[in-house]
Amino acid sequence: MEIQEDLEARKEAAEMSMPSSLSGVQPKFETKGLKAGFRANLVLQGIDIKFPPNKVTAVMGPSGCGKTTFIRCLNRLHELTPGATVEGEALLDGENIYDKAVDPVAIRRRIGMVFQKPNPFPTMSIYHNVAAGLTLNGVRDRKVLDHAVENSLRGAYLWDEVKDKLKQSGASLSGGQQQRLCIARALAVEPEILLMDEPCSALDPTATAKIEQLMVSLKQNYTIIIVTHNLQQASRVADYTAFFYLGKLIEFNETATLFENPKEELTERYITGKFG
Amino acid sequence: MTTITVSGRRDSWRRTFDRLMKVLILLAVLVAIVPLVLVVGDVLLQGLPAISWDFLTKLPPSPCSVGQVGSQCTGGILNGIEGSLLMVGLATLVAVPIGIAAGVYFSEWPESRISFLSSFTNDVLAEFPTITIGVFIYVLVVVTTRSYSALAGAAALAIVMLPIVARTTEESLKIVPTSLREASMALGIPRWKTIFSVVISTGRAGLATGILLAIARAAGETAPLVVTALYSSYPPTLASVVPGRPTASVPYIIYNFGTAGYANWTTTAWGAALVLVTFMLVLNLAVKFFIGRKFSGARAEI
Repeated sequence: MEIQEDLEARKEAAEMSMPSSLSGVQPKFETKGLKAGFRANLVLQGIDIKFPPNKVTAVMGPSGCGKTTFIRCLNRLHELTPGATVEGEALLDGENIYDKAVDPVAIRRRIGMVFQKPNPFPTMSIYHNVAAGLTLNGVRDRKVLDHAVENSLRGAYLWDEVKDKLKQSGASLSGGQQQRLCIARALAVEPEILLMDEPCSALDPTATAKIEQLMVSLKQNYTIIIVTHNLQQASRVADYTAFFYLGKLIEFNETATLFENPKEELTERYITGKFG
Repeated sequence: MTTITVSGRRDSWRRTFDRLMKVLILLAVLVAIVPLVLVVGDVLLQGLPAISWDFLTKLPPSPCSVGQVGSQCTGGILNGIEGSLLMVGLATLVAVPIGIAAGVYFSEWPESRISFLSSFTNDVLAEFPTITIGVFIYVLVVVTTRSYSALAGAAALAIVMLPIVARTTEESLKIVPTSLREASMALGIPRWKTIFSVVISTGRAGLATGILLAIARAAGETAPLVVTALYSSYPPTLASVVPGRPTASVPYIIYNFGTAGYANWTTTAWGAALVLVTFMLVLNLAVKFFIGRKFSGARAEI
């Protein structure tokens, strides 16, 4: 009986872990039974989700639903917090990044991250901020660095604004520029996946619009996962949207479908602003 | 309208009270500053006549009484300056790397039990009477090598400096935002490199401040040197360190010459005091400069 129930729950989770329109698509990134928390407090209750390649997938939900913990599990940053616990699997191209043989440092080079608040290195110039991921990993070749810096800054739509002041401190830029600098810094290591944890929550509408535009153009080369509590933002930039509530994945679908025709009552109530 | 009048009256009382408190605080500040001004002023007045180029480059004079004149009655504190530089320098070489390493450990691994215990020990050590540190080194080094030496003096000073460097390193690394560590780790930069290139580099002004404060403290220490380095009338040589010979220091000259009772020695002690106070002043100004830079750095972070 219990086994039967368990099997059914698993089947349901597997069905929900990817929108039906994507069946047959090889996921770029996938979690299986991902549980995480802090000491005795379990924040994520077991997440099964598949992220399609070269798409923007939004993870949204009310405060405390575990979305930030979730995204921090995806590049193994969560485990650096004292007392953090993780269980389950996260498969990057089918390879479990939580396998004992896997070096988290190597994983983080393949999965870049942009944080809530812009956090350029205050003691480094704009150039060195972008190059940091390379120089601190031993790249010395000036040509390689110059090339990477220019490409990444162009990729982050920042090149034209800073090309004449690459030697200035990264902290001298405006908030929106700093966030794009952080995106360029993440791009310079040439990751496959870009995680963004509410990247616009500290920015004004103009800067937000620029970053959103940027996300849409970046998905040609990257798989993007963005955490947001801004519904409009999810609907503007995301191809797919996952709704989290109390550490569980409630619903996952194409963004338009999820917003216009949610299957779950909880999703509908969240979208219509009845809670959250 | 009535309410406004009432609140106006209360406002005026509040303003009077505000002014009263301000005056009281100002008075407290004056009381606190008076001894400092008196000490510095006295040192300046009494010490200035002794200061000359010779004072910094000649060896101490023979004892002379009032009215006695002759070249043997004037001299300087070269032995003390060189001895202090040698011992504080050696102590800095030892205490700074170890202190920074300990501070990094306290700040970056606060959860570890070793970190907790040694951080606590560090606090106790920082409050330790320095004479006990001196006696400890006396037993450990002076008794074993059968000689007072610059080595023993430097060892005692290193122990005095260590907790200061460790504590200021810890404090200045703790205020480096976690978000910077995470930004670095998220780029696939290993933890040790993150600490060296991002964390320490961001908190470097604080580290420099700590080192300067520790040097200032060590340069002024007298008690541990009395039982470890003692005094010599000659400038230190390599032999003062190994195998070890008694070595002079500026604070010891102040202590010894100041209490001897000969008029020219008293003048020498005042001059030595002025030299030491000036050194402290310069170091503290350097600290102010670094702190100023630290704050401007913090502003830029926001």
